[in-house]
Amino acid sequence: MVEHTINATQAVVTLDVALPGIIWGWMITLNMWAKSIGTGVVFVAAYLLYRHKKDAMPNLRWAMPVISFIFLNIFLLFTLTDLHQPYRMLNIFLHPHWTSAITVGAWMASLFTLLITILMVIGLADQFTEYFKRGCRVAPVKSLMSFAGKNSGTYEKIFPFVVFLAVPVTAYTAIIMAESSARELWQAPTEVMQMMWAALMAGSAALILVSGSWSQEARKDLALILSVAVFFSFAMYMGEYFFSFKSSEAEATLAYVHAGGAYNVEFWFGMTLGFIAPFFLATSTMKNDNVTLLRFAAILALVGLYLAKDVWLKIPQMLPLS
Amino acid sequence: MKLGFLVDLNLCMGCKGCEIACKVENDVPLSSWRLRVKYIDIGTFPDTSRSFTPLRCNHCENAPCERICPVSALHYLENGIVNVDSHRCIGCAGCMMACPYGAIYMDPETNTADKCTYCAHRIESGMMPACVVVCPVEANIFGDVEDDHSHISQYIMAHQGGVQVRKPEKHTDPKHYYVGGGTYTLDPLAHQRLEGHNLFTNITHLKHNGDPHHGVLDRFLAPFTSHGTHDNKSFMNFDNIHEQEGGH
Ligand code: SF4
Ligand code: SF4
Repeated sequence: MVEHTINATQAVVTLDVALPGIIWGWMITLNMWAKSIGTGVVFVAAYLLYRHKKDAMPNLRWAMPVISFIFLNIFLLFTLTDLHQPYRMLNIFLHPHWTSAITVGAWMASLFTLLITILMVIGLADQFTEYFKRGCRVAPVKSLMSFAGKNSGTYEKIFPFVVFLAVPVTAYTAIIMAESSARELWQAPTEVMQMMWAALMAGSAALILVSGSWSQEARKDLALILSVAVFFSFAMYMGEYFFSFKSSEAEATLAYVHAGGAYNVEFWFGMTLGFIAPFFLATSTMKNDNVTLLRFAAILALVGLYLAKDVWLKIPQMLPLS
Repeated sequence: MKLGFLVDLNLCMGCKGCEIACKVENDVPLSSWRLRVKYIDIGTFPDTSRSFTPLRCNHCENAPCERICPVSALHYLENGIVNVDSHRCIGCAGCMMACPYGAIYMDPETNTADKCTYCAHRIESGMMPACVVVCPVEANIFGDVEDDHSHISQYIMAHQGGVQVRKPEKHTDPKHYYVGGGTYTLDPLAHQRLEGHNLFTNITHLKHNGDPHHGVLDRFLAPFTSHGTHDNKSFMNFDNIHEQEGGH
């Protein structure tokens, strides 16, 4: 709108207060990125377990919940740390406000983390039975692991529910963004799909890094999932980038990533590193099973995803709202 | 009862009396504003005019800030005021992402969200908001918009076609109206913020969000340590760098 002013209608702010800058910063980027890995590995593992025999991915049963557990805890830690009153996080459980996606998400993510913890304990107990029987000196851990080992079947019983729960846990951030009425760029149905693609991208990338001992076929599937996820995610970003004629607000926001914008370089760096390069690298490994190249693609995808999320989070916060 | 505001921009002369009265009445800390008066110069020299626009929370009937608040720290009062309970606020800043009018700030002393409450505490004891009382030209009109006989309702009736709200497309149903405004004053994207065009100060973005001395560790240690007195200078540390992350 501003760029269409003529001399007679030129309007310039001549006195105002300082407006807030970026309010949700790198901690929220890290939070979203870590959650993508935490839920993504669950989706990808479910698909692989459906497609392949367990022996094709010998460490998947325990490595998947371990990775998920670590990244969910990073996600929870930074959610907490970003609060200006971290101890009052308890209020979300004591005084929940159910219209808020933050509340619903916090409850679901906590339940999800609990279930993943159970999977992890059982997975580790089954995998390292000998160690926990003889090597482990910490009595409570020993008894917990022996209890978990005896209830090994629980893993398979709760796993389908965990996969099911991973969907809303992945998508609720998009609902928070949709509720962020001041940031029109985020208020798009595409955000839900972007969250899902990000999870598949991050999940497959994380599992690629531990897939050294897997069968070639299983690794090929990982490469395929990574390629498909980066392709569609990239396509959606491009759709927003080139064809977003939604409103003057969304357009003004996108000006920050368009040519000459403050985030243009970071955006394209992220797109090239995390989407374009991994697509070609991952598809090329599907034929020759080049593990090193695939790992490289996975690392690039994880770095690029962080950058893309970071830019998308920050640009709408640059606009003056009043 | 639904309390609302109307500002007649034809009357406002930009004296900032309301801004100061609000600061004093509500002890609004340095670097934060519940109500501000923005100056916008329209036209090109010598054919220019200056407009003054007081901006505060709209007490939306369909408030996105209330909807997103995970702990109901932001809540509706029966008289329509969107109030904030700073003792319950967890400081997630969700409301700052949701309010399309940038009406909420993170209080640098309490590290909780805060905003204009239409002086709910004064209303409770039968008084008018501080900004209304202080306005020398009675540009701020306050009252029950559901009562057809109230001054504000009558004023709206008298100016029917000329009454506007900010960003109606956001479907927030604001209860804060303007008379005498236009796109160039009410739409923040319709005016430019050019370096070198500001009177007195050169500011676009605040460097911090909440207390600048309240780093990540302090947030966790705060209940066990007492904060020293605040250095006012640090709150005035504005500049126009675009990439400052608030509150970290
Ligand atoms: S103007 Fe902003 S802070 Fe005020 S009620 Fe509306 S959304 Fe909430
Ligand atoms: S910062 Fe406080 S008032 Fe705002 S949404 Fe979070 S808890 Fe609610």
